Amino acid sequence: MAAGVAAWLPFARAAAIGWMPVANCPMPVAPRDHSKRQDELIILNVSGRRFQTWRTTLDRYPDTLLGSSEKEFFYNEETKEYFFDRDPDAFRSILNFYRTGKLHYPRYECISAYDEELAFFGIIPEIIGDCCYEEYKDRKRENLERLQDDQEENKDMRLPNMNFRETMWRAFENPHTSTMALVFYYVTGFFIAISVITNVVETVPCGATANQKDMPCGERYTVAFFCMDTACVMIFTVEYLMRLFAAPSRYRFMRSVMSIIDVVAILPYYIGLVMTNNEDVSGAFVTLRVFRVFRIFKFSRHSQGLRILGYTLKSCASELGFLLFSLTMAIIIFATVMFYAEKGSSSSKFTSIPASFWYTIVTMTTLGYGDMVPKTIAGKIFGSICSLSGVLVIALPVPVIVSNFSRIYHQNQRADKRRAQKKARLSRIRIAKAGSSNAFLQSKRNGLLNELLELTGTEEDEQKLTKNTSLLESQHHHLLHCLEKTTAHEFVDEQIYEQNCLETALQSYPSRSPSVSSHDGSLGTCCSRRVKRNTPLPNASVPPAHPVPAHQGPLQELSAVHIQCGDPPCHTTSRSNLNLKTDDSSRINCKSGQITTAIISLPTPPALTPDGDGLHGPPQRRPPPPPGHPPAPSIQTTTSSAGTNIVKVSAL
Amino acid sequence: MLYFLGYPQNGHRRGVRARLMRLFPCSTAKKPSASNQNSVEDELELSAVRHRPEGLEQLEAQTRFSRKELQILYRGFKNECPSGVVNEDTFKDIYAQFFPQGDASTYAHFLFNAFDTDHNGSVSFEDFVMGLSILLRGTVQEKLNWAFNLYDINKDGYITKEEMLDIMKAIYDMMGKCTYPVLKEETPRQHVEIFFQKMDKNKDGVVTIDEFIDCCQNDENIMRSMHLFENVI
Repeated sequence: MAAGVAAWLPFARAAAIGWMPVANCPMPVAPRDHSKRQDELIILNVSGRRFQTWRTTLDRYPDTLLGSSEKEFFYNEETKEYFFDRDPDAFRSILNFYRTGKLHYPRYECISAYDEELAFFGIIPEIIGDCCYEEYKDRKRENLERLQDDQEENKDMRLPNMNFRETMWRAFENPHTSTMALVFYYVTGFFIAISVITNVVETVPCGATANQKDMPCGERYTVAFFCMDTACVMIFTVEYLMRLFAAPSRYRFMRSVMSIIDVVAILPYYIGLVMTNNEDVSGAFVTLRVFRVFRIFKFSRHSQGLRILGYTLKSCASELGFLLFSLTMAIIIFATVMFYAEKGSSSSKFTSIPASFWYTIVTMTTLGYGDMVPKTIAGKIFGSICSLSGVLVIALPVPVIVSNFSRIYHQNQRADKRRAQKKARLSRIRIAKAGSSNAFLQSKRNGLLNELLELTGTEEDEQKLTKNTSLLESQHHHLLHCLEKTTAHEFVDEQIYEQNCLETALQSYPSRSPSVSSHDGSLGTCCSRRVKRNTPLPNASVPPAHPVPAHQGPLQELSAVHIQCGDPPCHTTSRSNLNLKTDDSSRINCKSGQITTAIISLPTPPALTPDGDGLHGPPQRRPPPPPGHPPAPSIQTTTSSAGTNIVKVSAL
Repeated sequence: MLYFLGYPQNGHRRGVRARLMRLFPCSTAKKPSASNQNSVEDELELSAVRHRPEGLEQLEAQTRFSRKELQILYRGFKNECPSGVVNEDTFKDIYAQFFPQGDASTYAHFLFNAFDTDHNGSVSFEDFVMGLSILLRGTVQEKLNWAFNLYDINKDGYITKEEMLDIMKAIYDMMGKCTYPVLKEETPRQHVEIFFQKMDKNKDGVVTIDEFIDCCQNDENIMRSMHLFENVI
């Protein structure tokens, strides 16, 4: 329950009087406020700075340090105050959280110190208010990245038990780790450079010899260039194969971008080797040599900047795509216009719209080669509009677009982040809500335990158990309980509800008695209904629980419970006796308006598996036992939809 | 990325016309300032809705709470609603926090109308405390009166079956979906039938205040439950 509205709980409870005339069942007893404390001022001394607040303010959040009894550990008897040896500045925000219900993150505060304070006082950081949450998450992420970077640096330390393969991989990935790796790094870099320069110089005309005209160096010194190329490719191949061998996941390595570049760089050579001087394919072969230029991308292993550039382009791909798209639109529009404008003139170079594309691009980017010019007046007018718009479309927005891109891109990222965070936060809030309803269901089972003990009358156990839940919670649960009584339906959690749905669809109620048949609503008072139903049930259900010796255990334990609680006359395993006993008590309880829930009608053994017992029809469902009650015997509740609205109790 | 192709969402609200207006500088004269004025007035209005309750002595005289209790109540109230009044949405939010599994908004609406005795759309601290005084410290007669007032949605002195059905549906809505046994469509209606069978003595299809109080006073369960919340404050 959101404790921020704890102040309204008295109001909600008072308003519950509106349900009373409508309810058909008696209401449960309200929890008693055992410690009737007046609201008092508490002094919190945090490293010398004294804060004062009402006790009820702190009690709003009972699952934090200050709201629970944990703060008693810090109570100083002499000075009658609670002393915390923590940072008073951070404590201000924490105390404000109790007062206003909103946790703020002060910007001057260091993120890790703040986290520690929150952890100390038992406050989860997810409840930081919307105003400060984004800042908090950003700072936290930066901190995390810093920690990760630190960790990565530490990872470079030599681990003792690495095999040869792992050493090689580490050497390839981080050249600084050993001299061998560094040498390898530089050698490959050198050969990449050599290879690229070779490719370039190959095409330069080397000067005319005596009898031949100017020819490129590649054709003049074929052998030399071929040797150079071979050497480079051999080095690259060896490097690739070594990387492939050392890679921890070969499949993943082969799919990575760098390995594809490697392959593309060396493949043309091999293809060229394989291909003979076949005239037909030599054209294709020439094209393949173009791919040798991709060797320059191998430099990206050597240059961090290149990698970052590649990554940026990749991440900005959508913005660039849009820019291209809008330019394409403008080009098509103007090319069409120019084509139709110049259609009339003779000897016009604007032979088709695609031919006009060239003119439009050259004009819009303000290049203006002049190989195509409009001759008609209309063409000239539109041509000038084209060049003006080109100036607008490209020259002006390019810086604006660049900065807009980065700003909007970051904004989008933040919006997506916020949306993703919001989803996560909403799901956490849902979980917390579910937690509160689960808390109610849980305390219901505990409540049954309470009432069962009350039946057998031990006061101390009851008090011990009621202390475990705070007064606020017990009052809230009592409120929900009253609602259940008003509508004569019970809150259950999701799984049980779905199982019920499944069963109502499937089963055919063979063993149901008419009095319990289809009355899902409440007809008559609860008590009378229970009295009616207790009697047919022993007849209706074949005794699977009874005489099988293995199943006697739980019944005996149930009786053991009674014995322990000092109730001699009813230590019997007979179902009818148990029923009688609870009938009496239930009738008595009706009169005094106390308990109306736990009735032991069919203590079927919990050992029965759901598909084990066909006779009994619907399976037993067992919610997990309530935790934290070691002194008391643990009692489980089983609910069965064998046509009853009764909660059955069987002992473990 | 679709933001690029369209316009940012805020712009959409201002409409095509506003964007065209902005293209022509001469026409920018009146519109924005008018809207500015409106927003300024709205802000003034919001800030003016700040309510200070009557003095402590007066409230002490009018209600059955002691001074200390009124202090505690007001502190809690003011903490949640710094402006001093609760409007219906806040009321619904607050009430919904207590019933996480279901939908408490309809019932909260009826409750709001029951508390808002002067029907001005907001519950001030006086309304709040008067209501609580009846509910927690009133006589059984007063409490039953209050409950009747809650059920009688149109405040005409009669509870009809339709009104009761609305109230019942609102109560069952608060239970939510995951209940045992499974809530059926006709459950509220059946409940209303039971209620009318019990309360409507002369079988004329409506329940008057006298029938209601009479019947409740003869019902032990109801009488007992009226005293249930006496120690709430």
